[in-house]
Amino acid sequence: MTVVTELYALLFYTAAAILLIGVVRRIVIYARAPAPLRIATMPAPLTRFGVVLRMVREVFFFESLFRSTKWTWMFGVLFHASMALVLMRHLRYFQEPVWFWVAIVQPFGKYAAFGMLAGLAALLARRFLVDRVRYISSPSDYLMLCLLLAIAASGAMMTFVMHTDIVDVKAFFLGLMRFKWQPLPADPLLLLHLALVATLMMVFPISKLLHAPGVFFSPTRNQVDDAREKQHVAPWARDAV
Amino acid sequence: MADFDVPVLGDHPLCSVPAIKPGAMHGLKPFAVNNPMHNTDLGFPGALVENWEAVAVAKMGELLGKYRSLQVFLDSCVKCGSCTDKCHYFIGTADPRNMPVARQDLLRQIYRRYFTLAGKVAPGLVGAKDLTKEVLDDWYSYFHQCSQCRRCSVYCPYGIDTAEISMAAREIMDSIGLGQKYTNEILGKNIKIGNNLGLPPPAIRNTLDGLEEDVEDATGIAVRFPLDVKGADVLLVTPSADFFAEPHIDGLIGYAKVFHQAGISWTLSSYASEGANFGMFLGSYDNMKKAATRIRHAARELGVKRIVVGECGHAWRVAYSFWNTLIGPFDFLDPKYPAPQHICEVTLDLIRRGALNLDKSANDHRVVTFHDSCNVARASRMGTTPGGQYSIPRDIIRASCNHFVDMDPGTIHDQTFCCGGGGGLLTDDLMPVRVKGAYPRMQALRQVQQEHGVNYLAAICAICKSQFLKVLPYYQFDRDMIGGVHQLVSTAIQLGTKE
Repeated sequence: MTVVTELYALLFYTAAAILLIGVVRRIVIYARAPAPLRIATMPAPLTRFGVVLRMVREVFFFESLFRSTKWTWMFGVLFHASMALVLMRHLRYFQEPVWFWVAIVQPFGKYAAFGMLAGLAALLARRFLVDRVRYISSPSDYLMLCLLLAIAASGAMMTFVMHTDIVDVKAFFLGLMRFKWQPLPADPLLLLHLALVATLMMVFPISKLLHAPGVFFSPTRNQVDDAREKQHVAPWARDAV
Repeated sequence: MADFDVPVLGDHPLCSVPAIKPGAMHGLKPFAVNNPMHNTDLGFPGALVENWEAVAVAKMGELLGKYRSLQVFLDSCVKCGSCTDKCHYFIGTADPRNMPVARQDLLRQIYRRYFTLAGKVAPGLVGAKDLTKEVLDDWYSYFHQCSQCRRCSVYCPYGIDTAEISMAAREIMDSIGLGQKYTNEILGKNIKIGNNLGLPPPAIRNTLDGLEEDVEDATGIAVRFPLDVKGADVLLVTPSADFFAEPHIDGLIGYAKVFHQAGISWTLSSYASEGANFGMFLGSYDNMKKAATRIRHAARELGVKRIVVGECGHAWRVAYSFWNTLIGPFDFLDPKYPAPQHICEVTLDLIRRGALNLDKSANDHRVVTFHDSCNVARASRMGTTPGGQYSIPRDIIRASCNHFVDMDPGTIHDQTFCCGGGGGLLTDDLMPVRVKGAYPRMQALRQVQQEHGVNYLAAICAICKSQFLKVLPYYQFDRDMIGGVHQLVSTAIQLGTKE
């Protein structure tokens, strides 16, 4: 077992723990915080099922963003959809045998890397070029895009230019999951890619990436329009004068 | 006529997005409370407390635990920029801090500094800042340049509603003794006396007597304006502006004529003579509840079967979305009717049942367009289907006049622009931002004026009416263009033909 393998094994255990605990903690905070007043952005659905449809349109098709700005919507969808394909493709490194649909996704997931890169590059360009977006951007906003770009670029390099020993990589991750460590190939590109991914996992719960769980808890999107029919008194509000 | 730049209207119905001008509205702020009573009446410290930084941070922590919206909204923003060109105050002023996300960031920078790991460890990286006097000044200035109209929330991919953020910010400022004079003084009157103007019962009765005379002189019909009538079927709760302000008063006359012709027994209450509830502007649950509780008391005391709310935007938001939770359940009212009910719901229902005789040609001198008031459009509903808040007032207008056109689709329904005076901004000390904020609405109005000869801007909100009356002339419109939907009904209704 090399030092690199041990280092990366520990790194990924740590990153996974931080990601999991951090996000679960956030979700618990969101779920526990009361929503004392009905504040759905109207018109809102009158039924729970209607709300599910609204959330589906929001989460999968970015409905509100579409109404707002077609360019950002296009780049945003390109990036997110490509990333979804890439992530689905990566599932193969964590399972044996590989699920049927993961095998089907494989070729699409490979080329989706370019969609990710293009989407991210366009989103980054917006931050520099649109004066309003430049004004609201913090260093972390640029860094997050750069981090994702670097992850996508290093990954695409391994897929299309300098292959790594992917069988060994898979053995390493299966080993991590089964607590039987296997050696990790010491390819610089692979090590870079994995270090960046671990970084992303660790900043997830303390960054704006919280928009992923957050959207499901957004009261303006997930509430039923039923204020005249039902009371929604929060526990703390019972004592209000 | 103005000592500030008024935007110049162009030919396109939609305003172009301005290049940002940092600091354009810096320093514009409303008068702060100087009479401590205006704060203490609402349960806030009379003046800025000594350890205000600590109190403010503690209050923020308290609100984060009380409102999921605040917690989720402060975490979720990705700075995508979707909202940046949606606020009427940004479009009208070009001040980047009037972009919804930048306005939120004024609060978010403090949230990050005191409540998040990233902000504690690396403030510069994530735009976190210490709470200083400078930040507090920015809060006071820019959270009073938000009318809480929720237009930004329509376009946010996470539904982040800047209104929730500005309410929280104002509640924090109130909790350290930094209150806004206009809103706090008025809310105090509402809670103590029962209306925003502090009108005592005899003054209200006197006004209503005058109206009865006026209507009888004009129509020959004795239309009653009842006050404190026990056993009436309907309690009408309407903004107190309807009692005295033009053009609001013509709306009140319209409601009275509708009730008269339909034979509905109704009453106003001198104890709860205010539909407006400025508690919402402060994000103050307690004060909002206090103001609303007077209405519940009045309804019980008078023994009415229904509560109907007059033309007022945020009043209808509070009534529709919050009353049942704040002061419900309304199990003492007639379950056949929604509680509360909007006057437009009542009137359209009567029109459909043939209970009103409307002569559209009486409004033939008018070419009408309809301004969707923000709080009605994006924070409430009318009728039984989503979007009834758009169709019901328009159906009443179409039943009352022959000439109606809508403004550009990007400026109506849930995409409507605020009049520029909502959310506690309807005060003369904020005139520059009120006029500039009206720009997108004025632009859309100019187009229908030029293309269709529109000469009547109908609204169902007391604030919209007062605001437009004031700002229309800045854009070379006739100030008398603004009127209520029930003013049209009042003109069209043929009294003495049906009752």
